Amino acid sequence: MTREEAPGEREIAVVAFAQTDHRRTSEELSEVEMLMPVLHDVLGQTGLKTADIGFTCSGSSDYLAGRAFSFTLALDGVGAWPPISESHVEMDGAWALYEAWVKLRTGDADTALVYSYGKSSPGSVRDVLTRQLDPYYVAPLWPDSVALAALQAQALIDAGHTDEPALAAVGARSRSTDNPHAQLRGPVPQGDYVVRPLRTGDCPPISDGAAAVVLAAGERARELCARPAWIRGIDHRVEAHGIGVRELTDSPSARLAAERAGAFERPVDTAELHAPFSSQEVLLRKALRLDDGVAVNPSGGALAANPIMAAGLIRIGEAAARIHRGESDRALAHATSGPCLQQNLVAVLEGDPR
Amino acid sequence: MSKEPVAVVGIGQTKHVAARRDVSIAGLVREAAGRALADAELTWADIDAVVIGKAPDFFEGVMMPELYLADALGAVGKPMMRVHTAGSVGGSTALVAASLVAARVHGTVLTLAFEKQSESNAMWGLSLPIPFQQPLLAGAGGFFAPHVRAYMRRSGAPDTVGSLVAYKDRRNALKNPYAHLHEHDITLEKVQASPMLWDPIRYSETCPSSDGAVAMVLTDRAGAARAPRPPAWMHGGAMRSEPTLFAGKDCVSPRAGRDCAADVYRQAGIVDPRREIDAVEMYVPFSWYEPMWLENLGFADEGEGWKLTESGVTELDGDLPVDMSGGVLSTNPIGASGMIRFAEAALQVRGQAGEHQVEGARRVLGHAYGGGSQFFAMWLVGAEPPTS
Repeated sequence: MTREEAPGEREIAVVAFAQTDHRRTSEELSEVEMLMPVLHDVLGQTGLKTADIGFTCSGSSDYLAGRAFSFTLALDGVGAWPPISESHVEMDGAWALYEAWVKLRTGDADTALVYSYGKSSPGSVRDVLTRQLDPYYVAPLWPDSVALAALQAQALIDAGHTDEPALAAVGARSRSTDNPHAQLRGPVPQGDYVVRPLRTGDCPPISDGAAAVVLAAGERARELCARPAWIRGIDHRVEAHGIGVRELTDSPSARLAAERAGAFERPVDTAELHAPFSSQEVLLRKALRLDDGVAVNPSGGALAANPIMAAGLIRIGEAAARIHRGESDRALAHATSGPCLQQNLVAVLEGDPR
Repeated sequence: MSKEPVAVVGIGQTKHVAARRDVSIAGLVREAAGRALADAELTWADIDAVVIGKAPDFFEGVMMPELYLADALGAVGKPMMRVHTAGSVGGSTALVAASLVAARVHGTVLTLAFEKQSESNAMWGLSLPIPFQQPLLAGAGGFFAPHVRAYMRRSGAPDTVGSLVAYKDRRNALKNPYAHLHEHDITLEKVQASPMLWDPIRYSETCPSSDGAVAMVLTDRAGAARAPRPPAWMHGGAMRSEPTLFAGKDCVSPRAGRDCAADVYRQAGIVDPRREIDAVEMYVPFSWYEPMWLENLGFADEGEGWKLTESGVTELDGDLPVDMSGGVLSTNPIGASGMIRFAEAALQVRGQAGEHQVEGARRVLGHAYGGGSQFFAMWLVGAEPPTS
């Protein structure tokens, strides 16, 4: 959001959230089969049917599916008949939610269904993600996602922002969650180095999973949810692609997005951060000015389950669900994309005063 | 709740060709974006956000290329989004960008779409089948040819109509300096004598594979007031989707297309599109889709579209010109093709279409579709600001 919330602008809230149990593999399920229960769940929570939804938007990646136009099949799961007003981003579902939020702000729709999904199990995520790097100068060298994250982790250690025991603590705390959907729960060995200084425990699991959210505007939100999670601000920013031109120990794009979303105006009590590597949580806590009083990733975050393309949307959903349940009054949700936190989205969610 | 009016104040595209070996993907998109900014007499600093679209990542073999393109598009420190809705993506991308302005989230947005098909092979990019699902049957033509046959059977159209469309569009392309195919020696006989690829679709009735990019600068009322050249105003825009295949689907005239057009006309206050719309930039990758979409979009009754084509109504000097730019049949950087339709519609109402300008074009429809005739995106632009 680039300007102050003016009177008369529509209030928009997350009114329902659903997700799969995230798993290492779901080879017996197609993407549509994986997604269907989640869509039924999220619509069931609100009592809405596909035909009642004003706008639908999804996020996914053809490269994960290994097939062009993979999202066209997911649409079958939505049951887009009669035809629906619908769009898709080749991004994490958090950005699909952003597109839906914009659509609701125009007044063209009062409700929106947002979903995203990713199956990482069929391929090698580390190899696949190299294909999103500069195709001429960088991708041919196949620097993988863990190696790039390790560069960033080492830069943070060298700058004195963290050390290996602190990183291990992030991993351990993340997996001590009681979130029933999480893939890794309880004591998980820190393990051997994958790429120094990152060990297995500093890296996300490889996950298959899906998530969905329903948004609604104004009074419609109050009808559909006892305690809507109002989106007070949402913004996203991208940084340069080249690792060499970025300051890897900082995240100016996350900070700017947070500022534009109004995150710094008042303290938050909860933060759901999309930090697939333990070192990235350290970095984001600093950029987003989260002190020890904030409950960071009570869901376990991406270190407990990392269904690529859905993990960011899940952060918004988890933050909203805490507001729905009365466990939070003001929460920050964050999503990221690209190598070493290149692109970042921040949403600020609030419940009505109690 | 009132929406902010949306104006197109800058348009830029590349000269579309089979292979732009002289530029990278970044070089290609920057060329189009630079031209759009120059048209609007704005700089990179004037842009608040970037919305980019393209068809599948497999067409270039780059996953989520917008990440790599952030620098080339001046997006560093700004919001950047990537839309992907199959062949309709160029249109959808422009509509998402327009929503940002209409919702007053941003004042001025750069939107861009591209495809650099020479970096890979679109045929193989679409041929990664998974078990138990319909493959595309040897490219898109194999998928669409049976639907063309169904149209011919239902409408009783003579089998000469498709070649008339191709002959018209290729001649129109000669007047468009950015068009890919410039066939100076084109004749109707040559079109009709070209090899049959997917019966009834002949070689010269199909789109080429192009490298190219197109960009537009969209802005609010205040931005339009500062624009150096006449803006095109958005009067309506909509997207509609339906499933790929199901028993009740009408592949000849999909309901999603009809609903999408109806929504755009409602927003624009159009009651009789045939009389109230001056020209159409229509997504016609195979020639027969002109008469089919004329019906789907409400310009002709069911079964009557081919008569408009046959009688010359859709010629550049007809009274409902279609694909003045040469259309997708002459230029097809797939991910950009939809946005080129939208941009060419805007060029017409701005009076900036050069040799392929339709005299007095005041309201023009831009149309895109994709997937198995299941994703639709359209906008109607006008020379005057919207009144409501």
